This record gives sequence, structure tokens and C-alpha cells, in this order.
Amino acid sequence: MSDGPAEIVTDVTGTAVPIRGNDIDTDQIIPARFMKVVTFDGLGEFAFFDLRFDDEDNPKDHPFNEDRYQGASIMAVNANFGCGSSREHAPQALMRWGIDALIGESFAEIFAGNCLALGIPTVTADEDTVETIQDWIDANPDGDIHVDVADETVTYGDTTVDVEVDDAQRKALVDGVWDTTALMQANAETVKETARTLPYIQDHEVPGDV
Amino acid sequence: MSQGTLYDKVWDRHAVTELPTGQTQLFVGLHLIHEVTSPQAFGMLRERDLEVAYPERTHATVDHIVPTADQSRPYKEDAAEEMMRELEENVRDAGIEFDDPTSGDQGIVHVIGPEQGLTQPGMTIVCGDSHTSTHGAFGALAFGIGTSQIRDVLATGTLAFEKQKVRKIEVTGELGDGVEAKDVILEIIRRLGTDGGVGYVYEYAGDAIESLGMEGRMSICNMSIEGGARAGYVNPDETTYEWLAETDEFADDPDRFEELKLYWESIRSDDDAEYDDVVTIDGSELEPVVTWGTTPGQGVGITDPIPAPEALPADKEDSARAAQEHMRVEPGDTMQGYPIDVAFVGSCTNARLPDLRRAASIVEGREIHDDVRGLVVPGSQRVQRAAENEGLDQVFEDAGFEWRNAGCSMCLGMNEDTLEGDEACASSSNRNFVGRQGSKDGRTVLMNPRMVAAAAIEGKVTDVRELEAREVVTNE
Repeated sequence: MSDGPAEIVTDVTGTAVPIRGNDIDTDQIIPARFMKVVTFDGLGEFAFFDLRFDDEDNPKDHPFNEDRYQGASIMAVNANFGCGSSREHAPQALMRWGIDALIGESFAEIFAGNCLALGIPTVTADEDTVETIQDWIDANPDGDIHVDVADETVTYGDTTVDVEVDDAQRKALVDGVWDTTALMQANAETVKETARTLPYIQDHEVPGDV
Repeated sequence: MSQGTLYDKVWDRHAVTELPTGQTQLFVGLHLIHEVTSPQAFGMLRERDLEVAYPERTHATVDHIVPTADQSRPYKEDAAEEMMRELEENVRDAGIEFDDPTSGDQGIVHVIGPEQGLTQPGMTIVCGDSHTSTHGAFGALAFGIGTSQIRDVLATGTLAFEKQKVRKIEVTGELGDGVEAKDVILEIIRRLGTDGGVGYVYEYAGDAIESLGMEGRMSICNMSIEGGARAGYVNPDETTYEWLAETDEFADDPDRFEELKLYWESIRSDDDAEYDDVVTIDGSELEPVVTWGTTPGQGVGITDPIPAPEALPADKEDSARAAQEHMRVEPGDTMQGYPIDVAFVGSCTNARLPDLRRAASIVEGREIHDDVRGLVVPGSQRVQRAAENEGLDQVFEDAGFEWRNAGCSMCLGMNEDTLEGDEACASSSNRNFVGRQGSKDGRTVLMNPRMVAAAAIEGKVTDVRELEAREVVTNE
């Protein structure tokens, strides 16, 4: 990673995997016991672990275990996906499994913010649209889906549907400014000015003001 | 858009500039960190050769992985020891104050901030933990963030953020006997849904909220996130100021207290503030609430029947059916009598001194059921000492509970305290997700701490009001 501007993400194309169900929480996406690590490396294999494997580690029925969905880079989910804990381990695990974009009915806010920080779009559409896409993926596991962040559309087969992309997310991805560290660091002096106006901040707490 | 609310005022005071994305760069007044979500952020900082910009506005503790039984080092679990060492090294290098277990001030991050007076009205507070909303009880704008955002805050003291809408939730009237803050928030989530708060900040108001102490307000704000709202707050008032006056920050500095109080008063929502939405709930109608399912929104009054999935909104039907199968409950039944194996009093929702006192008042002179494993885990070392000074540890131990050291413990499966197999747990924590308490077949029933105490004694989910009405039985 560099300090420079982040990558531009105008669109994502690839095969997809449907993950059905509302309120899929981050404890399901990555169980807490796999978070006892100090890096995100290697989290991919633990994505949805308890839904994918039984107590003896034998595979269970789950789209992530199916041969036809291996290599998928787009995930189609339902409502309130990613609710629960703030763990960035959740999108990190999905990303490291291979997911580059999500289409869903709705996303929990912290989860969507974490995805954006990784350059992963979370586009939304209504229930019927998402379920139709999930059914299409079922029938066409080898078919490419095109998630166009700039145009706010999703294309599968011969069909193109409108989706919603949060304004700030769209701008951040399309302009390549989703990695905000360098961007915000450039305003360090204005930050100090803001800090000094706050009654609870003491002079010595502002850097360079010793 | 809202106007004149505490949220608007605190936002405006902390807005640095507008970013090219249209987001606001927001100054962070207090950054709390812990061992689980910060090491990767420090790693990113090292990769980019960046330093911590505001170390004096950053404060660390250890809570998620810390063992609550044997805390001698090295920890028995290698992974826990590694995470602890990483945190120790990171805070030492950056010059960040760290309340480790040898300090006497360690505890759950959302317990130690308020008890030390770090948490104050009109602040922006972030932490890599979704229950950061807890600090909103003081009239702070507090929310959870992910690890890449922790990197941003460490490196710049700021965060790129979008302004949200404000929903006022007015809880009117007086809460009935045996009804607590926990029941209020479980009811709010049940009514508005686990995603009802997405895009909103919740302002909690009304007589039933204002008459609560700070601990009760914290329990409510804590679970804002379970309702989908990233932040929730209560306007600061005399109750808030009384708490703050006694904290480390102000006990010896009354001048600073008076000076800041002017600021605190100034950021209260105006009487004519405009909200994006207002919801009113009659607090006097509520009874103790328990969950029957696997999301915090799947709750029911203790005397009410568990709903049939098909009676719920269409989008809740499937998950309700799956939840009832997992929990092994039947529609039409009440949760009373649901057998439990474990009773857990703890977590950032309900492990402060008054929570322990209330649970102890139920336990005193009684014994927990033979088939129940009971665990009381104070939220911080300070809570632990205060409770021990009052003899609460003895009350719990005499009744058969284990009295542990401070930490997140059985709220989440990240330390030695977990459910085994398909155990059912009466829990004062905040999440009943499948697998949350460390066993994927485990079953969690959320409830207030007195209800947990009652369940422990009876070995099944029990209406604490009925238990209390009965005569206290001493050892026969």
C-alpha cells in the first residue's frame, strides 16, 4: 500500500454467489474465535466458517462450499447484511475469499463503511430485484455480472437494472479517494485549528502546541 | 434535516472541512482502543511510516480476550498473549495511556471511559467496537468504527463521515416495578427493528429516560447499534453532571468542571429542535422483556406469547422460523419456564455497580439451581473493587455464582468463557446471534440482570417480579 491516492473502482465484473437471508450478522461472517490474530492475513478461509463446517470440520451445504461458486467476486445478499459488531475482519474475510463487490437489499452501516475503506462497493436494490438476481446466479453460476458503480446499474445476462449507490461511496470509489488517510492528513493544520476551538481540548494535547 | 439537536451542534463543532467525496472530515475528541481491532491499524500505520497524531486523546484498555479467571502472564491461550503483547508494544511506542490489568483501572472499554470521566458531553468519541454508542449516555456523539478507520483516526485525529438523520425516541411515563433500562431498549429494538435505525442517530428522551441514572442510560445507548443506529444519546442534565463531578477528571478541578459545564449546557438539543422522525413509547406499559430468537429484535414481554413466524412482517418470517428452530421454542408459549444451563451477569450493557447490586438483591439468601453454571463478571476493576467493598462478591459466591475478574467474558466467544454445545444462557449481554457466546449450537436469551439472577435460581426463565413476591428462603 502506498500513501498515494487509492485505486479507482468504477465497476466490478465477475461471477457471483448468492447468500440468502436477512440480518446475517458479522458473528456469522467471521466467528469471533478467528479474530484472535494481529493481522488480517489468512482470514479468507474462515469466512462463514460455522455455516460451512460442522463440529468435525465436515463441509455443510453453503454456497461458499459449492464448486460452481468458487472464483466468484460478487456477492448478492438480502436485508441488513453485516449487522452486529464493527469488526473489519468481516469484509476482510470476504475480500480475502475473493469478493470485490456486494449487491444487497440493505447493509448495516458500519459494515458498509468498512467495505468502502477496502474499496468494496455495497450497492442496493429492492427485495424483488435482489431476489431475481440471486435466482439468476443460481441458474447461471458461470455467468458474469457487471456492477457499475459509476452508472449505478447491475447487468446480468441481457438484463440491466438500476441500483443505488450512496453518494459519498460512489464519489469515493469512482474518484479513487476511498483511502482517506492521505487525504485527511493534508488538512492537519485545519484539524489543529478545529481542535483548539473545542473547550475540552487542552493546549498540550494538540501536536506542535507544546 | 434535523436542526438544533445535540447531534447537529456537536457535529458542527467538530467538522474540520468537507472532503472531495462529499463526506465531512470530523475531529475525534476521544479515541478508545483495545486489543482486537487496533493491532492491524497500527500495522497499517507502520507500513506507511505514520505516527499517532493525538496520543493524548487516545486511551487503551484490554477487554475482549483477557481471561477473567487466571490472569497471570503469559496467558494460557497463546493467541491472547500475542494480542496483549502487541497492544503493549503499540501503546508504549506511541505514548498512549494503557489501563492494563496491573493498573487497577482495566475493564471493558465502555465501562472505563465513563467511570474515569474520559467520556464527556459534547465530545466525539470513537472506538473499534460497535458498542461505542454507550458513551452517548453522556451527551457525546459516540460510534463504532472499523480498523481502516482506526488507522485514519490514529494518523490524523479525524474521520471521514457522513451526517445522519436524527430520530427522537420519547419514552413517556414511569417504568413499572421490575422494569429496567434493558427492557426499554429491547422493546425499542423489537418495535423499530434491527435495521430500523440504519441511517439514523437516536436521541432518547422523555420522563422514563430522564429519570434513569447514568448506568441505565448507558444500557440503552449501548444497544442502539442492535437497533441499527450507529449512535444514540441522551441530553446531558444534572444526573450527568453529578456523575462527572466525581470522576478523576474533575474531582480535584472544580473550576474546569464549571467552565466545561457551560459548554455541556450549550450543546443540549434546543426545545424547538427539529427532528427527522419522532417515535413515542409509553414506558408505563412495559414489562420485563426477554428474547426468544437469534436477533436482539426477536423479543417478547415475559408474560406475552412468542409470536408465530407467519404473524410477523413477511421479511421477518424466515429468520423467525429458523430462530425458533435453533432456540427450540414454540409460538404461543411464553418464555417463562425455558430451561437454562448458564447464567451470565456481565458485558458492557449490564456490568456496572448498580447492575450487580440489583442482581445481588435477587440472589441474596437464595441459591442458584443445581444444574446452572452462574458467572458474574464486573465491567471493570473499579466496579469489582467497589462491589467487593460492599460484599457483593460474597453474596454471589454464597449463592453459587463464580465471581470473576473484569472483561468482556461470555458476551462473545473470544476468551476462555464460552458456552459448550447446545447450552442455553440467560444473559445480561447484548447479542443473541447464533454462535455469539462461543458455541454455534449455544442458545442465548437476553434479559436484564435481575431477570438473569431469577433465571439462575429457578434454572429456567422466570418473571423476577413473581420470584420477588415470594418469601426469601434461606438454607434449609
